[in-house]
Amino acid sequence: MKANKTVGLVFFPAFDWAISPTHPEREERLLYTQDQIFEEGIQDIEGIEMFNPLVATEKDIQRVHFAIPDVPTRVTESHLVSSGGAIRAALAVMNKEVASAFALVRPPGHHAHRVVYGDRGFCVTNNEAIMVERLRAEFGPLRVAIIDTDCHHGDGTEDIYWNDPETLVISFHQDGRTLYPGTGFMDAFGGPSAYGYNVNIPLPPHTGDEGFLHALNHVVMPILDEYKPDLIVNSAGQDNHYSDPLTNMNFSAQGYAKLNSILKPDIAVLEGGYSIDGALPYINVGIILAMAGMDYSGVKEPDYNPALLRQPKDITEYIKKISDAVLGNWKNRDTLWRKEYGGLDSYERPMQIYYDTDGILEQQVQHFNKCSSCSGHNWIDSSSDSGRKVLAITIPLDGCKSCIDKAYKMYKHASSSYTNVYLQDRVHDEYLGKG
Amino acid sequence: MIIGLDMGGTHIDGVVIQDGQVIKTHKKPVDKDDLFTTMWTALEELVEDSDLAAIERINLSTTISTNAIVEGTTAPVGMVVQPGPGLIHDFSSCKGRVVTIGGYVDHRGVVVDDLDPKELEKALLLFKKDGMPSSAVISKFSTRNPEHEIIIGKKLLEQIGQVTLGHRISGILNFPRRVYTSYLNSAVSDQFSTFLTYMRSSLEKKGIAAPLYILKADGGTMDSEGALEKPVETVLSGPGASFLGMSALIPGGEDAILLDVGGTTTDIFFLADGVPLFEPLGATISDYKTLVRAIYSVSIGLGGDSSITVRDKNLVIGPQRRGMAYAFGGEGPTPTDAMICLGRMEAPQGAKAKAREGMEALGAKVSLQATEVATLVLATMVTQIKEKSEALLLGINSKPIYTIKELLHGKKVTPKAVHIIGGPAEALAPLLQEAYGLPCHFPENSRVANAIGAALAKPTIEVTLLADTALGRLSVPELGIYEKVPRTYSLEQAKERAVLLVRQEAIAMGSDEATLEIEITEQSSFNMIKNSCLAGKNIRVKAQVKPGIIHGLRSTITHES
Repeated sequence: MKANKTVGLVFFPAFDWAISPTHPEREERLLYTQDQIFEEGIQDIEGIEMFNPLVATEKDIQRVHFAIPDVPTRVTESHLVSSGGAIRAALAVMNKEVASAFALVRPPGHHAHRVVYGDRGFCVTNNEAIMVERLRAEFGPLRVAIIDTDCHHGDGTEDIYWNDPETLVISFHQDGRTLYPGTGFMDAFGGPSAYGYNVNIPLPPHTGDEGFLHALNHVVMPILDEYKPDLIVNSAGQDNHYSDPLTNMNFSAQGYAKLNSILKPDIAVLEGGYSIDGALPYINVGIILAMAGMDYSGVKEPDYNPALLRQPKDITEYIKKISDAVLGNWKNRDTLWRKEYGGLDSYERPMQIYYDTDGILEQQVQHFNKCSSCSGHNWIDSSSDSGRKVLAITIPLDGCKSCIDKAYKMYKHASSSYTNVYLQDRVHDEYLGKG
Repeated sequence: MIIGLDMGGTHIDGVVIQDGQVIKTHKKPVDKDDLFTTMWTALEELVEDSDLAAIERINLSTTISTNAIVEGTTAPVGMVVQPGPGLIHDFSSCKGRVVTIGGYVDHRGVVVDDLDPKELEKALLLFKKDGMPSSAVISKFSTRNPEHEIIIGKKLLEQIGQVTLGHRISGILNFPRRVYTSYLNSAVSDQFSTFLTYMRSSLEKKGIAAPLYILKADGGTMDSEGALEKPVETVLSGPGASFLGMSALIPGGEDAILLDVGGTTTDIFFLADGVPLFEPLGATISDYKTLVRAIYSVSIGLGGDSSITVRDKNLVIGPQRRGMAYAFGGEGPTPTDAMICLGRMEAPQGAKAKAREGMEALGAKVSLQATEVATLVLATMVTQIKEKSEALLLGINSKPIYTIKELLHGKKVTPKAVHIIGGPAEALAPLLQEAYGLPCHFPENSRVANAIGAALAKPTIEVTLLADTALGRLSVPELGIYEKVPRTYSLEQAKERAVLLVRQEAIAMGSDEATLEIEITEQSSFNMIKNSCLAGKNIRVKAQVKPGIIHGLRSTITHES
């Protein structure tokens, strides 16, 4: 049996790691997916290649995160391996070992923001962002689109790329009014240098295959056609499935496979999905076959019943309205930018971030500056109920000389009231910290 | 007294081993049209003047099944396949008839769709109309729950006769490989059992009461009953025997590269801590990917008689062989000629002159003297072997792993020595030693290494135990064990059970109880959670007879050499 398109698989179930023995993010999570992949003989398909993860380095993490107080304290081996799995998948594509790749790794990452005090939504390191920034460090500028298909809003990815026009983030998810993390509304549309490049499509509970594919075909694909990314990344959560215990959607394995055959991601990275027995084995096989350009029509869950999953008419109508509105905003992004940021030289973004897994509450204000020659250095003032007061300064990849100087000065002369001060110098790929 | 026989593609090797010493050897060409007579003649010669009652065992490695598959002389098979939902496979490379029917079980072994008896009846009618001599039934996830295979198998047994049940083939999950392995098993069954029946009745007539064991591709043996049930396991037992023979002739215990350089090909093997590596899923034979457990070996088209061509002023050796070395009347120059020319290989005077002539002609094409080009030929050959073995090693060391512990601290195979057997062994050893930067040994008396390997092989068995305490089920597909287990069943109990099963099975197959070594190769226990509560445990254990040669014989054989 032969794949029509080559696919690299980093299948790393981390059978020796769990958040806690009964936590959804536990050893058992990919056990049945492994059984299904093995029994279907996926390893024997010519053109499907298996890779082991790399171990991400401290620098890989620092390009994306301010780990408080530092990377070794905050980030465990499991996270380095999970992020390293995503990196391996991406390298396989960049080095042309395969046409596309799928990293089935855990723990997930899309809820991890720039500042990391601990675990939130089962995530500590943002696997996709760490992967993308490693690629940029190794291969130079890349225009990337991250399509977050997890049922939960990819709030960490949104935060990381909030002000980066070279990274388009589109998240479709169950409406934040009905599900963790409670964000991801249409008006969160990006920072002053990247307005319009953070696109949220909040979908109502009980959205089925029809609704997802509508949003994909009528919002995501037209935006991608216009944006023309070098790389498409699917932040591939599997918790939109009708059997998922944590969410309320009606997506199926067939739907997931179709989505990937239309989206054609260069790299897919597993995110959430906790129906480990009834959904994941079938969704994952479906996605692999779709990426390989093979016939996935036979992949069905044992209890799959399309009639029961048919999307109610009012939901279909609602999704059409949302989709039209989102696409309208995208088309109007320049006009909307003038309304939101026009005439401003600087902009502050207050945030409150709750680390649900670790029970930490963080308050932060993100400061963005307008610069005529780059996207501007920016900094975060952050404090948490753990007693820390943090200043985290970033020089973006396109940082100009003047912004670099300003950022270093700021780092050097930071007030002693901060317990920790960090400088993320993306231009020189250097990361400083004190405190 | 143990008798070992290895029937290869061109030669049959035989040895008699007594008290750790090789006391008699035999090497003759194989008569491809009469494999049985070839084998029987070898055996008769080996035991002539011996006390027949003193023979403890006879170990045979035969190419009966391999040849039948490679030459396409196997019987057609009537196959019932239950693929369920999932990948859409095409099994049309199986000769006979493949009938796909409904019904399936899921990955936990729960029946999702029932079997339709009418569909089965239709299949049976077709097979009978075709006059199928043998049959097989394979269901997806049948290792987890074989109830459909058992029902279908019973009907096939009644109406067709021979039948292979997929779940009995292996505990490894891989539906397409299970289909092909079951197919091949049924396809070679008739020829193999004819051979074995001949062999057994001939032994009886001759008055030899010693038990007969058949070599498997994993370098172990099975008894004749086992071989009749799973003749497919006898494919590719030759490389297994050759590997075992080498490992008997060399000091063990470390990581090493083993090379068997013949006239046409070089076989490459690896030792990890002195133990063979297995193919990750199973052997591949004639493009059929199977679940037959096999010693990892790769054959490359490079040997003493490989032809040498000049491409863009570069020498290319192999993969073709065009007859003998030029020195012995062949058409063109070969590595053997280079070895003779450089005085690295003994040869009669006339052959030496011919070898030099061959090298001169080759040298003329690349503007080199005869000895210069001969040196280059051997250096090229050594480089080709080294590059291939290093590429293979890279693959071995990046085999998929699934735990953080293994990823960060797992064993990597790092050879500490190279061992080489075969005609050019002595000539190549110093060059390999230099190229690899590792000590390179060539055991003497390796002429009948394969037969020594066959003689020293021991029964091997592997079991795959899975206990799903939420469903209250335990399964060991290789042994057809499907039982209930209590909710409290533990990993410790599972390990004990697996070891006990291997022990019982190995002893039944003729293992020596006192020296039997059993090891657990995989073990895990997963908490199964339903609605945030512990619903049970998913316990998985693999246990096996420790692979390798009969305990205690390695050292004596080594000293003798």
